[in-house]
Amino acid sequence: MAAVERTSQAPSKQTELPSWKDPKAEPYIRIENVTKKFGDFVAVNNVSLSIYRGELFSLLGGSGCGKTTLLRMLAGFENPTSGKIYIDGVDMAGIPPYDRPTNMMFQSYALFPHMTVEQNVAFGLKQDKFPDSEVKQRVAQMLDLVQLTPFAKRKPHQLSGGQRQRVALARSLVKQPKLLLLDEPLGALDKKLREATQFELMNIQDRLGITFIVVTHDQEEAMTLSTRIGVMNAGQIVQIGTPQEIYEYPQNKFVADFIGSVNLFEGQIVEDEADHVLIKSAEAGCDIYIDHGISSAPGAKAWVAIRPEKIQLTKQEVNAPHNCVRGTVKGIAYMGNLSIYLVQLDNGKQIKVTMQNQMRAAELMIDWDDRVSVTWHPNSPVALLS
Amino acid sequence: MTHRLSWFIIFWLVVVFAFLYTPIISVVIYSFNASKLVTVWAGWSFKWYGELAKDRQIIDAALLSLQVAAISSTLATILGTIAGYVLVRFPKFLGRTAFSGMVNAPLVMPEVITGLSMLLLFITMENIFKWAVAGLADSGMGATSEVVRVLFGWVEGRGFITVVIAHVTFTMSYIAVVMRSRFLVLDLSLEEAAQDLGAKPLKVFFVITLPIVLPAIISGWLLGFTISLDDLVITAFTNGPGTTTLPQVVFSKVRLGLDPKINALATIIIAIVSIGVIIATIQMRRAEKQRQRDEQMAIRALAKA
Repeated sequence: MAAVERTSQAPSKQTELPSWKDPKAEPYIRIENVTKKFGDFVAVNNVSLSIYRGELFSLLGGSGCGKTTLLRMLAGFENPTSGKIYIDGVDMAGIPPYDRPTNMMFQSYALFPHMTVEQNVAFGLKQDKFPDSEVKQRVAQMLDLVQLTPFAKRKPHQLSGGQRQRVALARSLVKQPKLLLLDEPLGALDKKLREATQFELMNIQDRLGITFIVVTHDQEEAMTLSTRIGVMNAGQIVQIGTPQEIYEYPQNKFVADFIGSVNLFEGQIVEDEADHVLIKSAEAGCDIYIDHGISSAPGAKAWVAIRPEKIQLTKQEVNAPHNCVRGTVKGIAYMGNLSIYLVQLDNGKQIKVTMQNQMRAAELMIDWDDRVSVTWHPNSPVALLS
Repeated sequence: MTHRLSWFIIFWLVVVFAFLYTPIISVVIYSFNASKLVTVWAGWSFKWYGELAKDRQIIDAALLSLQVAAISSTLATILGTIAGYVLVRFPKFLGRTAFSGMVNAPLVMPEVITGLSMLLLFITMENIFKWAVAGLADSGMGATSEVVRVLFGWVEGRGFITVVIAHVTFTMSYIAVVMRSRFLVLDLSLEEAAQDLGAKPLKVFFVITLPIVLPAIISGWLLGFTISLDDLVITAFTNGPGTTTLPQVVFSKVRLGLDPKINALATIIIAIVSIGVIIATIQMRRAEKQRQRDEQMAIRALAKA
């Protein structure tokens, strides 16, 4: 898994301030203290969220974290037990799905099996009593956009998985909703088709300027697609941020652990100054020096997260006061462009390190059971208080 | 591995098929018997088919049975479809368990009991009807009395309508079971998608749900039709003097001694059923081939893309 590549997808299109950082920007979708209970089970727990026009926002989380329930509340299939949802300033309470300015792309695609591709796409427009000529024209436009014009007369069962997915997308876009909700849009596709479709989806979103909310359990999907990600756990949003922020600056152990892979060390804060933190960690077997402050009480318990690609291994002995520990290589997984090393530190803790295979030279290669020094830059670790 | 049949398998095939079909074949053969005695063979003849065509009693009974079956099955299909839909799509409402039990009860209830209870119901209704009509007429409300007579006159002496009502009540259960299992496997998100695209719930039901489950509705109707056409016991309890259905005629004739005309009638019914089955099989095979062709087309299209 090329973790470094994933983070390179930053929202660099706009040169001005992104809308979620602009204090003057008005949120397009406002979710305020929304809770949904099914009996005693709290599926969504007091979630508040602002999403701006033109965003591609991902709700990311494991199964049962409440992301789909939140999406279904936006579509109107479920009513919040408490809290409010506003779309473009309008309170959605009591508005049924068929009167909402939203459209949804279902995980199963939910194409009508007794209708052709064309009829499926036209269905939404016909409900709004558009004149036939306009329906025809807009359907043709949509089919063109998703490159399905030659398949207009086919029934869904005569299409491949990828084509069905595009019909579902066209059907949900044709009414030009204010908000498009996508439930695991790429879940049913195989890996190759997924990658192609991801970029297609971003492209379409960019061209039409519709606000997208995507529900996914797939972090890679969320990373590549989104302007921002909301990570959910047990019905709550645990962090909101751009893919880069989420990956590089996780705010808690859950996010650090859920997104990508990470080495976590428990420790105690010894010094916390404006320009650095020093954490004593028995689990790491050394002091960890981080080159930015985190404003905490000294002596507090903390966790340090270090990404495997931000750790270096060398066979030479390194002597440094901190950020340096000795260990033994217990396993190597060769992945072609990079290798994953399992290193057992001298205190017994196992960590994961990935390194690019830059050289083919055998003499530099680290082998099984080699003694190595494990080091990292003071910039690399993230200190977490929860 | 060879696919040749061993003698043992052939032997069993012959025995089983003989067990199933000898009675039917003998009915067909004896329908062409010239003799008046069913058990004595006296050469080939189409005589009994001619006789059958002249027998008003049998023809009328057959037409009546078809009418009863068509009407009751249609009504039962409407009610059964709604019941099946409600049982699947409305998981919680007051009295759901009771409703579910009551829908299924006629399936396990002995026909004699269903028939008897229907008869008692109709007799009670008849008594109330007579009392009401007389009471209304006596108290000078002749017009109201006439309205009641028009609306509920059918309970008097029982007849076509009571038979249809009785058939609807028990065929509905079978159809509700068929429809319930169809709705169970129907993806809920199809209906949600239609709502999401702006269709109101009632429209969704008629434009999306019903067309998708239409094949199940048709097979439910056919099932109801067959069950109604076949019924003897419940009909016997609920009909009146003027309404004798085909199974009743056949049964009463057989009791009076075997009539070769019944053999002819049986042969005609067997012929109709066989043709139906053959057509259905051919249709199904064609649909399967079409499906395979479609699948290949999709795969080819994918390869091209």
